[in-house]
Amino acid sequence: MSEKVLMKGNEALAEGALRAGCRFFAGYPITPQNEVPEYMSAKMPDRGGAFVQAESETAAVNMIYGAAATGIRSMTSSSSPGISLKQEGISYIAGADLPCLIANVMRGGPGLGNIAAAQADYFQATRGGGHGDYRTFVLAPNSVEEMGNFPKLAYELSEKYRIPALILADGILGQMMEGMSFNFEPVDPKTLKTPDWAIGPAKGREKRMVFSYYLKDGELETALLKREQRYAVVEEKEVLFEERYTDDAEIIIVAYGISSRAALAGIEEARKEGIKVGLFRPITLWPFPYKRICELAQKTKAFLCVEMSRGQMIVDVKLAVNGKIPVYLHSRVGGAMPDGGDIVTAVKSALSGKKEQLSPFNPSECKGGK
Amino acid sequence: MQPITKKPQSLTNVPYHYCPGCGHGVVHKLIAESIDELGIRERAVLVAPVGCAVFADSYFNCDTIQGAHGRGPAIATGIKRAKPDSIVFSYQGDGDLASIGMAEIVHAAVRSENITVIFINNAIYGMTGGQMAPTTLVGQPATTAPKGRDAALQGYPINICEMFSAIKGAKYLERVAVDAPANIFKAKKAIKKAFENQVNNVGFSMVEVLSQCPTNWGTDAVKSLEFVQKDLMTQYPLGVFKNEGK
Repeated sequence: MSEKVLMKGNEALAEGALRAGCRFFAGYPITPQNEVPEYMSAKMPDRGGAFVQAESETAAVNMIYGAAATGIRSMTSSSSPGISLKQEGISYIAGADLPCLIANVMRGGPGLGNIAAAQADYFQATRGGGHGDYRTFVLAPNSVEEMGNFPKLAYELSEKYRIPALILADGILGQMMEGMSFNFEPVDPKTLKTPDWAIGPAKGREKRMVFSYYLKDGELETALLKREQRYAVVEEKEVLFEERYTDDAEIIIVAYGISSRAALAGIEEARKEGIKVGLFRPITLWPFPYKRICELAQKTKAFLCVEMSRGQMIVDVKLAVNGKIPVYLHSRVGGAMPDGGDIVTAVKSALSGKKEQLSPFNPSECKGGK
Repeated sequence: MQPITKKPQSLTNVPYHYCPGCGHGVVHKLIAESIDELGIRERAVLVAPVGCAVFADSYFNCDTIQGAHGRGPAIATGIKRAKPDSIVFSYQGDGDLASIGMAEIVHAAVRSENITVIFINNAIYGMTGGQMAPTTLVGQPATTAPKGRDAALQGYPINICEMFSAIKGAKYLERVAVDAPANIFKAKKAIKKAFENQVNNVGFSMVEVLSQCPTNWGTDAVKSLEFVQKDLMTQYPLGVFKNEGK
């Protein structure tokens, strides 16, 4: 445990990755994550690693592909438009079963959008993002402290299962300063075992191949099904979430990242008025805590999703709830931030039994087949 | 009987899938011989492209990684920076290097990454079935230029070695051909030099190999060699463009 320091989210993320043993970073400038490559360029040489300012996000992620294949801890970071460009490489990395760390400090989209915080890349992050059937770990910090401590967790999960890991933050988490401390001692990369699949110096052993293609009849299906078995273990064992005031809650707010901080402010205000409202914060967005949300759906009356998108995480909440109770949405987009007071209003409105919003299909309105 | 040549250790026993008359097999052998002679097989890492040489990762008896179309130099950068003792070589075709991967190859040269690039220029897309390449000659037919490349519509072929001569970070550039024994010997010397440079930390080294593709040129082996000699070599003259190695 390090002493408490005041740090900017992006710098905590970079320092956290270095402390976790990251020794290769490649990135390309994009707001609001520029402090990450800047910090890496300043600090990486002293830690004996390599920093490359790539010619594009596409090149940066492919440099990570190469570095990750040698078995060292590597990282790239970007923000939404740049993460779209990285999807080609992420797909190859996932297809080659390599561990690595990718950070998305989300901003407004689509297109160039704006440079303010958003949570509109949820679908892209949790469904793989690039072409083909695959998943990546998705960790959603909600504080500068977690920005600094999640890289180590991300590397450990990523290496254990050979699945790339994404840290999904946003412009506010990246830019804000908070007191934080690192909850782990710096990792000396020399103490990490070189994996038995890593390419690089090959003295006295057989050749190794890193690839994502399976062209013979049936090979790709077999490979995908085999990978899916690992995904199933991850979904069973590696789900992370946080609950506040859920024991007696009549309504539970589901929010991740910076939205969960606003939600908590709203909850504390509502509790003062005697409204029994709780918070459920998914920390892993993949694997998503479907099971726990399903359990909570048996004991609460409604869920309210608070998101800085027009309703993306709500799709997973609805999958977990499966029509048992109403699921409402409170959404701010385009750089707007959910506000505690507005959240209280949304909670009251939901408890008064108004109709669910943004639901293309509402199971409770389905009248049967005749 | 006295053996006068043998299969290089740096090749596996997997049979090539290349078409009859194709130049890839010759170039593979020259690379493998160079690696053997320099004693760097256990340090060598091949970055295999997308294109006809995608399966090169099965043919070379060293560590390999296969990546996305055009991204070889970026992947090679990651490997070389992570493991500087590795001898990293990116094997790329003309669509891969001179079209979709132009940014990656230019900037690998600009940074003077200490890697070796073998660039196969056969003026056509092979794997996808004969589409126009950035190096296709004016007038040369392709499946996406059925009447031949029209400069007014499709522009002119790109001369990579000439273009890279203006990049300070490019330390060794040579264009060779594998159309005849004399040129194959020269190609071998150039390829070996490009690997030797990496061993000696010279920086970015690239050999452009004019190669033949009888299948997608719609011709036979003999006529394809004539096309290399009469047409390709006119547009792409052979020679050393830069040599800053020791």
